[in-house]
Amino acid sequence: MRAARPFASLALSFLLLAIFVGVWQLSSLTPRGGEATVDPEYAALVGAAAATGGQTPFPSPLEVGARILEHLADPFYVRGTNDQGIGVQLAYSLGRVLAGYGIAALVAIPLGFVIGMSPLLYGALNPFIQVLRPISPLAWMPLALYTIKDSAVSSIFVIFICSVWPMLINTAFGVASVRREWLNVARTLECSTLRTAFRVILPAAAPTIMTGMRISIGIAWLVIVAAEMLVGGTGIGYFVWNQWNNLSLADIVTAILVIGLVGMVLDQLLAMATRAVSYQE
Amino acid sequence: MRRSFVSVEGIARRFPGPRGGPAQTVFENVWFGIEEGEFVCLIGHSGCGKTTILNILAGLDRASEGAVVVAGREIDGPSLDRAVIFQSHALLPWLTAEENIAFAVRSRHPDWSRAQVAAECRRWIDLVGLSAAAGKKPAQLSGGMKQRVGIARALSVRPKILLMDEPFSALDALTRGTLQDEVNRIVAETKLTAFMITHDVDEAILLADRILLMTNGPNAKIAEVVVNTLPRPRTRHDVHHLPGYAELRNHILDFLVDRSKRLAETMPSGWDPRSIPEVRPAVPA
Repeated sequence: MRAARPFASLALSFLLLAIFVGVWQLSSLTPRGGEATVDPEYAALVGAAAATGGQTPFPSPLEVGARILEHLADPFYVRGTNDQGIGVQLAYSLGRVLAGYGIAALVAIPLGFVIGMSPLLYGALNPFIQVLRPISPLAWMPLALYTIKDSAVSSIFVIFICSVWPMLINTAFGVASVRREWLNVARTLECSTLRTAFRVILPAAAPTIMTGMRISIGIAWLVIVAAEMLVGGTGIGYFVWNQWNNLSLADIVTAILVIGLVGMVLDQLLAMATRAVSYQE
Repeated sequence: MRRSFVSVEGIARRFPGPRGGPAQTVFENVWFGIEEGEFVCLIGHSGCGKTTILNILAGLDRASEGAVVVAGREIDGPSLDRAVIFQSHALLPWLTAEENIAFAVRSRHPDWSRAQVAAECRRWIDLVGLSAAAGKKPAQLSGGMKQRVGIARALSVRPKILLMDEPFSALDALTRGTLQDEVNRIVAETKLTAFMITHDVDEAILLADRILLMTNGPNAKIAEVVVNTLPRPRTRHDVHHLPGYAELRNHILDFLVDRSKRLAETMPSGWDPRSIPEVRPAVPA
């Protein structure tokens, strides 16, 4: 690949964005049709679109932009259980993701280490991992709700179960594929098992482990939205569902943008951490 | 019988045969000794089990039969007293040159302070001429520099025995020559006992006091021991002018080209694996 000119690609990115927003704005300018006369009280009760039998018009970029500014102006308000700022909802979601992901890392990395070092355990646990891994994390939700009886903890459990596998598999793989000669160096230096594990195997496997952690955080952030839609109460996923019930499409578009941006930040943080532990052979 | 400092006593290495067939014997009934302060080279073609013998001496591999006795004690696994210089240098790529050596120094002296470890690392880095590259990662070093770090790391634990598995075979001829001279000098200065695997005849003549010639595998044997009678100190500049050099070199080359294959089929009658015949080709008959 030729070295890309960063300035040129940035300019092109802005151009594409401008075209997209422009087309969106133009298409939302089309006449909204059927301004039938209805009882204004009925219209106020069920919403203008419903009262005329038409569809809620898709918001224009300007409307969405105005809504984003409103959210940004006051992201952390709490006015009752169903009316909380987008920042508060994000904080709930991030808290759940970090809790479930953190517990998953605490379980998966040590366990993956042991599995990677022991071919016996690797063989014994591999069938379970292969069966459990492809299960959609949401399939665990009813069981979680039944056993844990707490919706917030259940969503943390769902995050745990979806982010544990990539970390477990990558850690085991990274540990198992540490170069024989590096282990031999440790052996000829009479390193203890612990010293070998922390000074040789861990740094050697770190890039692979971090790649697993990066895959996991991506999956966890995908799953939390669906889990919160299911469980309800708080969180960015619930926010999206609540705004769908309110037919507030501008809020939904805002939330989608925010989910994307937060996901990108999480991914970039893990990418930075991966680069920090990478080495060149 | 008097035991050598390092005494290899009837070791064999067998691998299970394919599909439960008869075991494959790489070598068996291998006996030889290395005296304290002696430099011994083992020469043979690929596949005769040279590296396996070295790994058994290092304690990284186990013999199927027989034992290796060092200073009167049978070895049981790797030891800081037997340092290895690996063919592929085997530096830890996430550590700098200095940190790689420090890792070894700390293994030998877990109780040393940071300053003591740093001072010891400096010493070895200077000795192998790497002062300018101490803070670099292995990926930023040339092949020769990497192997210098490997040499410094092996020596920094102050081993009694230095084991080298074709340490210079991946290097270009010029670098190889410089490093050979340096290893020659360091081993002589520190009076180390050294065992080196090579398939470079000139390297063996330059460095070794005795050269073990190994037949082709499977069922490889040490056919004879060539005693290097050329006077020390030897350097790359003068060794090939010494009288007897040509005879010595031709003898080993003849073995590698022709006899290693012929002897693999039938050893001459009266050949005893426990007292391998010694030859001195450099001594005029």
